[in-house]
This record gives sequence, C-alpha cells and structure tokens, in this order.
Amino acid sequence: MSLEHKHPLDVFIKIDRLPHRFCPGCGVATTLNIFLHAIKELVDEGKLDPKKLVVVSGIGCTGRVSGYLKFDGAHTPHGRPIPFAMGVKLANPELKVVVISGDGDIVGIGGNHLIHAARRNMDITVIMVNNFIYAMTGGQVAPTTPQKVYTTTTPYGNPEPPFNVVRLVASIGANYLARWAITHPFQLKNSIKKAILREGFSFIEVISTCTERFGRRVGIGDPVKLYNKLKAIAKIRKVSPFEAKYNWDEEITCGEFIDEEKPGFIQMYFNMVKKELGDRT
Amino acid sequence: MEVRGDEYLAEIRFNNSNIACGEAAIVAGLKFFAGYPITPTSRLFEYLTEELPKHGGIAIQCEDEIASINAIIGASWAGAKSMTTTSGPGFSLMLESIGFAIMTETPIVIVYVMRTGPSTGYATGTGQGDVMQARWGSHGPYELVVYAPSSAQESFDLTIKAFNVSELLRIPVIVLTDAILAHTRERYIWRDRSELKIIDRKKPKVPPEKYKPFEPDPEDLVPPMAIYGEGYATFAESLVHDERGYYEPTSEVYRKLIWRLHEKVWLKKKYIVEADTYYVDDAEILIVSYGSLARVALAYIREMRRKGIKIGLFKPKSLWPLDDEKLRYATRKAKKVIVVEMNNGQLYREIDRLLKNKEVIFRPIFKVDLPTPDEFEEVVQECL
Repeated sequence: MSLEHKHPLDVFIKIDRLPHRFCPGCGVATTLNIFLHAIKELVDEGKLDPKKLVVVSGIGCTGRVSGYLKFDGAHTPHGRPIPFAMGVKLANPELKVVVISGDGDIVGIGGNHLIHAARRNMDITVIMVNNFIYAMTGGQVAPTTPQKVYTTTTPYGNPEPPFNVVRLVASIGANYLARWAITHPFQLKNSIKKAILREGFSFIEVISTCTERFGRRVGIGDPVKLYNKLKAIAKIRKVSPFEAKYNWDEEITCGEFIDEEKPGFIQMYFNMVKKELGDRT
Repeated sequence: MEVRGDEYLAEIRFNNSNIACGEAAIVAGLKFFAGYPITPTSRLFEYLTEELPKHGGIAIQCEDEIASINAIIGASWAGAKSMTTTSGPGFSLMLESIGFAIMTETPIVIVYVMRTGPSTGYATGTGQGDVMQARWGSHGPYELVVYAPSSAQESFDLTIKAFNVSELLRIPVIVLTDAILAHTRERYIWRDRSELKIIDRKKPKVPPEKYKPFEPDPEDLVPPMAIYGEGYATFAESLVHDERGYYEPTSEVYRKLIWRLHEKVWLKKKYIVEADTYYVDDAEILIVSYGSLARVALAYIREMRRKGIKIGLFKPKSLWPLDDEKLRYATRKAKKVIVVEMNNGQLYREIDRLLKNKEVIFRPIFKVDLPTPDEFEEVVQECL
C-alpha cells in the first residue's frame, strides 16, 4: 500500500520515514503535529520561508522529531542542540532556528547551555517537551520527575525535588516564555508562531504524556486517563512566572509568562562591532 | 615581495604560533569561531575575537568547550568555515562531538595547543602527551587528520592546509601545537589568499528533490555538501545513517558508511601527509621528533654531525596519518631509530608498528619546558 500525499502537512514530512516511532498516546507526536500546524500557518501567512527554517534536536524520544521533517536540521549529541543551533544562527542570521528536544536533553545534560542561551538572549526558539522521565533509555529519573516517584534508577522513590523550568528560565531572562500542555493545542500553536518570529531567546515548555515509561510508574498506564490527568492539573493562569506551580499532584501552571522585545544577541553583537569598526566590517 | 596596489601578497611577520594560526585561518576564509578561555591558547582566541569581525566573520566565547565545538559544527552546516581552539582539558570535553563531526562529515578545524598533563597539570608548561588522544579520543572507529607544526611558519602553513583538508574531505582536522610554540615569537612569511591554493567544500550539482545528504561522489567518496538555507532540506544525522541521512541500524548500512568514512581519507593520503627530513641520506642513526622538540633534536643532530656521527632527523608534520613512505626512505641506512617525545611513547608505538624490521627505541623527556640540546643529548646518548 502506498501512502498518498493528501495530508496538508505532508509537504513538511519525510513521508517515506513513516510510520514514526512514537508510542500510542505519546505527546511528542502531538507536539510535532501542533508544531507543523504552526509552521504551515506562518508559511501561509507569508511570515516564514520554510527553506530558511532549521530544526535541531538532541537525543531521546523528542530528539527523533527533527529526523522526520523536511527542513534543514540536525540530530546532535545528547544535550547539545542549543549550542549547535547557536552556531547555525550566528553563521547565518537569516535562518530561523528552532530546537525541539526533551527535558533530559535540555535541562538535564544540556542545562548549562540552556541557562547561557537564555542569559545571552540568543536568537533561537527552544521547545522543550517534558515527559517527566528519561523514556528512550527505559524510564530513569529526570530532573523534571516529581519527588517520590519510582523510576528504574530510583527504585525506592525519587528523593529529589524537580526543576520548575518556567521559574528557572524566568530567573535568567528570555524574550518569550510560555508553558502549555499537549491538552492546549491551539494555545501551543499560537505560542510557537509567536516564539519563532520573536527576536532573542524564546522558550516554550510542553507538558507531555509518556504512558509507557512515566504513566505506568504513577499508576496511569492508559493514554486517555493520562491525558485526562494532564487536563486536570495543567491550569492556565495569568500569573508571574515565579508563581507558576510545578506539582504533579496539584497543579502545573500553564500560560504565557514573559513576552518582551529586548534586543537579541545578534543585534547587540553587530551593533557594537559596527560602532567600533564602522565600515571596516 | 610582490605588491598589488597598496596590499601586500606576502610579507614577513614576527609573532607566535597562536597568532600565525589565527592569521592563516582568516586567510583560509574562517568566518565563525567559538571558544572557551584556556591557557596556553587564549591569545589565539583573543586575536580572533578582535580580528574576525573585520573580515566579515563572528567570534564568540561559549559557556564551555562542549558548546564551542557544537557551535562550530552548527556554523559549518550553515556554510561558514569554522574553527575553535583549546588545550588538553578542553579537548577532553570536546571529544564526544569530534565523533559528531566525523559522523555528520562536518568540516571544522581545531587548533589544539598541548600543555603539561594529565588533568590540570601545569597550564603554562609544555607537553606532547595528547598525540594519541587527538587521534583516538572519541568513541567508535574513525579517521581524522592531525598536523603538528614545529614553528610559527609551519603553524601558518599547516593551518591553511588543515582548512583545505577539512573542506576537501568533510572531516575535522586538528592542528596540534604546544605551549612552547604558543609563546615563542619568531619570523614567518604571511601569504595572502591569492598566493595560496584555498579549497572550498563541494556543493551539490543536483536539484533539491534529487539531493541525498550523504550520497558520495564516486570519485573521492565525499558527499557534496548542501548548506542550511538553500532549500535542500539537508540533515546532520549523528545516528548510523544511509545516503539519505535516514537512521538505519543494520550491519549493511553501518559497514558501508564506516568504510567510506575511512576510505575517503585513505584515498587522499598522499595529499594529506607532510614530513621533513634532515641529514638522512647516510644516517645510521635516525631520530624521530616533532613539534617544538624537533628543533632541539635538530640542534643536537647538527652538533653530532660536527663530531662526524652519521645521524639524521625525521620530523613528521602530519602525525595522523604519518608519511610512512618518507619514514621508510629516511631509515633505509639506519641501524637504529630513536623516537624522542615529551610523553610516554605515543608516536613511538606508531613508528615501531611502521618499521617492523628496524630496531626502534623510545626515549621520553618529562619536563614542563623545552629541554636544551645538552639535555636532549643526555636522554639519547646511552642509546647510540
């Protein structure tokens, strides 16, 4: 049976790589779908040339996203999509560079790159899909795993409190900061559109579902039940990022937390160089 | 010296190896530099942050060496000739992504200034302890090229060559200098781009719909490289991949990929290798030394020649791969080959492997600065 090119998003996908590897009920695939809808709308609105879009992923389940896309892209070593994306953007500032990767990649092994990209107000967009666990390697504890949860490397329960990544990024600074769950497809889509067009550093956390490696560990192995659990705890509020909660039992606060237009790294760098060198650049 | 308008095509300059490498990189067409401060290479970093913007490039400081190397790999995919510089501790951090550059066939250049190790060692001291690490440090089977200059002039020339080889073969190339070279100011000839052969990576000749990111040119086994933003939807895949860049974990795809990554380098070996020989025509004893230590070796050998001893020097300038043909030619009359290195016998293992029917002796020098010719003699004398 051959797949016919009928779906409107097919132009952005390597059709011959389907079916994808994501598990039934996996929120990464949902995020990918929403991301492509955002791109399609930006392209249709004439705001984005898909030839100038670069999508970079690291390692992990979410790390597989870039490999399915018909854009320029990369599948970097674990934790390194942000510095790779920075190099791409600085070498050719005309490109729109988006990092899509997981929580382990972005705030675990790659945490140092995240805080420095945010501090520099580097002109890239980071979409971090948070599934609460290291899923591809078999369900080990992540810096985002709720406290007390049993994982394969915390067989007596997780003794560590997790990162609240919204607070982390807000404390450093970014031009755009939002958190949504996969239960907020329209808000997430609009947020991605905004972030990609924004100068400076933009960061979106996507609260996702991993039924196999996380859901089962917290007693919710059923995709629908896990989705409904997210629906119940992912509450949209207009609050300061420092009031945003990250509590699996109570509430994970979602919404737009920062929306600013400070000059990005590229503008700062080239303006300062130009001021010193004048026409010599 | 030729003069074109008011611009020199070549001129005599006086500086250290760090600056010579930086100047050569700019001549070769460097457009992106990312680094992290580390002794003894910071001067090169500082030089490029100041000079590169004047040549249409950008040079930044990253949060660590891991970020630096991944940034230059990204920049290379965006079309910029890219470079970083570091020393032992920083290179140890970069190793994972050396493999990333190998696997994604990304042209990059790393100027690696060796200092005294292991660990923090002695930051301003010299050493040659990283010869094996430069070649084999990353995981998995791979080929790369390492040059080892012994002067500011060779630093300039070999940096140009490093860029050419990296662009020609789409591989990382390392210029392995040391703390002595980094701090020694001396005379060298700077040449302009028009006076040199500068190689740029091959671009795809097919339209985007027919382009496969890792489909090799049958001539040289190197895939033409589309860069980001040109509509080719090209993809830097770190996983085992086929010609389309698709993850394909089968032995057949893996074997084909790995052999090609090796063979493309082997095919150009004659072009890659560099070595100098001194007094080898009648040499019964051959010293093998490289980097700043080779200059001490040469001073010692000249002294010995004055005393009538038939001794010569083989100075490899490409350590990986080594010019084994020239090495065998240089040793054709030698009864003894003495490898002298400021380490525990790293290149010695390679020389010994290449010269199966010769007596190859290793003599180490463990010092944090360069030995004098007299000290060199003390180390070698008992083997003569």
